Amino acid sequence: MEIPYTVEAHPETGLNNGKIGIWLFLTSEVMLFGALFATFIMLRIGSDGNWAAMQAEAELNIPLATLNTAVLIASSLTMVMAWASLMRGQLGRFKLFGWLTVGCGGIFLVIKYFEYTAKFEHHHYPESSTFLAIYFAMTGLHALHVIGGMAWNAYFTGPGSKLFHTNRQWLTDRVEHSGLFWHFVDLVWIFLFPVFYLL
Amino acid sequence: MAEPVHASPVHDEHHHDQSFWRKYIFSTDHKVIGVQYSVTGLAFLFFGFVLMMVMRWNLAYPGEPIPFIGSLLGENRAPGGIMLPDFYNELGAMHGTIMVFLGVVPLAVGGFGNFVMPLQLGAPDMAFPRINMISYWCLFLGGVTMFASFFLPNGAAGNGWTSYSPLADIALNGQTAWLIGMIFLITSSLLGAVNFITTAIQLRAPGMTWMRLPFFCWAQIVTAFLLLLAFPPLEAAGVLQLMDRVANTSFFIPEGLVVGGEVLERSGGGSPLLWQHLFWFLAHPEVYVLILPAMGIVAEVIANNSRKPLWGYRSMVYSLIFLGFMSFIVWAHHMFITGMGSVMSTFFQTTTMIISIPSVIILSALFISLWGGSIRYNTPMLFALGFLPMFGIGGLTGLPLGLSAADIPLHDTYYVIGHFHYVVAPGTLFALFAGVYYWFPKVTGRKMNEFLGQLHFWPSLVFMNGVFFPMMIQGLNGVSRRLADGGISYDFAGEVAGLNRMMSVSAWCLALAQIPFIINFFMSIRNGEKAGRNPWNSTTVEWLAPSPAPHGNFDQEIVVTRGPYEYSVPGSDKDYVPQAEPAST
Repeated sequence: MEIPYTVEAHPETGLNNGKIGIWLFLTSEVMLFGALFATFIMLRIGSDGNWAAMQAEAELNIPLATLNTAVLIASSLTMVMAWASLMRGQLGRFKLFGWLTVGCGGIFLVIKYFEYTAKFEHHHYPESSTFLAIYFAMTGLHALHVIGGMAWNAYFTGPGSKLFHTNRQWLTDRVEHSGLFWHFVDLVWIFLFPVFYLL
Repeated sequence: MAEPVHASPVHDEHHHDQSFWRKYIFSTDHKVIGVQYSVTGLAFLFFGFVLMMVMRWNLAYPGEPIPFIGSLLGENRAPGGIMLPDFYNELGAMHGTIMVFLGVVPLAVGGFGNFVMPLQLGAPDMAFPRINMISYWCLFLGGVTMFASFFLPNGAAGNGWTSYSPLADIALNGQTAWLIGMIFLITSSLLGAVNFITTAIQLRAPGMTWMRLPFFCWAQIVTAFLLLLAFPPLEAAGVLQLMDRVANTSFFIPEGLVVGGEVLERSGGGSPLLWQHLFWFLAHPEVYVLILPAMGIVAEVIANNSRKPLWGYRSMVYSLIFLGFMSFIVWAHHMFITGMGSVMSTFFQTTTMIISIPSVIILSALFISLWGGSIRYNTPMLFALGFLPMFGIGGLTGLPLGLSAADIPLHDTYYVIGHFHYVVAPGTLFALFAGVYYWFPKVTGRKMNEFLGQLHFWPSLVFMNGVFFPMMIQGLNGVSRRLADGGISYDFAGEVAGLNRMMSVSAWCLALAQIPFIINFFMSIRNGEKAGRNPWNSTTVEWLAPSPAPHGNFDQEIVVTRGPYEYSVPGSDKDYVPQAEPAST
């Protein structure tokens, strides 16, 4: 049985089901990270002025995080290029940019791994202070989202790209939706970076 | 004119070859998933009820061995059959959790929403059938986790269904399992909510404009938005509490917390109030998740059985949307006595008073809908009529709790328990029973027995009040909740402690009153009176599908031409005009 508007757009809303679904999912993600940012604010306000000291003690690596920001922004660019290639019907370029996107996600995670291990070597654990606790909670949850986005993109770039030959529009839509998620994950990092490293 | 009764063979040439597993277990058909949700929900409602019946023994007869099952509970729960206070706490916390997250929500949203809403919209299925299946199996895993936590060495979570920190952070018992279970349940609700909203936006039949939507669908849509936006903060809070428990962080642990005479070795700096804010940011909208689908069911049943259009359909819909919006900014009325400050209290008591207005509009509209109707007193209608005053009592007793000054003496007393049980038990549960009796013919093709239905309703009505009304009296006398002995060790409970026995006996009799329902439910699947497509002579679209409906739902094209409740239209040859009937006839 076919579900209507899986691929073609609904005449009234102008959108297909997946597009609405992914935006609804992203609103719930906004609430998830919103609650964590609210937690950050509550902890910071409640720290009696100790926040700056806790932050200094944590010795976060600003150059590495800046590099990571650049990597993620670059991956957003390749994501759009991947989708645009599909729109033009260029499967080869789509795969190239798709794997570049996944690769950027991988680089981000490797850098994050070095950041985390450096913290652990200096005995900075989540239990050490509320600053480190919320740092690990939020960046950790963000890293999980990066992994999820990578898996999603890798599927469509790899085995899922067979759909290109049978239903190109559907594949293009699905890549657009995974791209929306990927941009959201980038955007979360754009907030996390100044909040933890710079403020 | 009688509707032609079709033999309704389940016939769909595309799906003959589906295996048993694909058809009944890992099905993507919204109707099968709806039934899976409903059966799971009903089973957990029963289980949660059993937990409470065991608790009520200790409240009525504190320190006496539990008859029949006492010896089966084990030495670490009830040595010699006498319940330990810790075990009482476990039962209490799990009763609340199971009833809310595994009983009412799966039945009201997952069950009725899944089964009825696509049919009422005239849709072939949900927008994302596979996500729908995953959503059910997440719920199932969450249920298994919660159930299994009873068998952990330190027992299940015993920190109240609210799991307040820092107690829940440092407790030895199955709080970790509770949190993991909750993460499954939250994932399930989020996936379900995305599916429901997308389906309602995209898959309405031609002509089904927003203002022709049955009220039940509106209730499900608003509920889905509440789940979508309110659950993630609890997910965040759950992750943080999990970190507090397993990674020794201090999100909810203040500095210098003394546990067992010693200062806890944690970094401190966290805030117990933070948990309460994050929890109630979910849990207040959750109250509306429990009640809105119930209102939707009651509206359908009342319009159908009073043979009249709903009075004030539009104002009911707008009230519903306003209610959904307001429910996000009332949460801290659960926290008046935490010392969060009078400015905050003033804000939240004002919003709380405002949110009572749309609820009153909906309830009043339902009452006025009865006026001048030719009412059929069948079982679904009895439960729907029972809902109205019971929810009324529940709602009105909430007003004093919403005012910060009146809340101070009432907070954490049995008055609160009485209040929200009136809303959820004889309120929501009665509506859910109405829904089971009302849509049972659509699910099985057979009606439930009317006599057994009446035998279910009347004793339930009496004993529900027998359980919950004395709670109000006890609460006004100051008896606190969560006391394993029912308050007998406190002087103030003296005069009203005896009411515990009345409540407990009522609760056990309430269980007996469910026996006709259980017999009726199973007996009617095979032996019930055969129902055609439209046994209740109803107007909404789900009754145009065969009973039971095949995969893909409809055997005719659905084009909606009119509003949902065209009953007793002057000049019409029958007292109802189906929504999809061509305008010319």
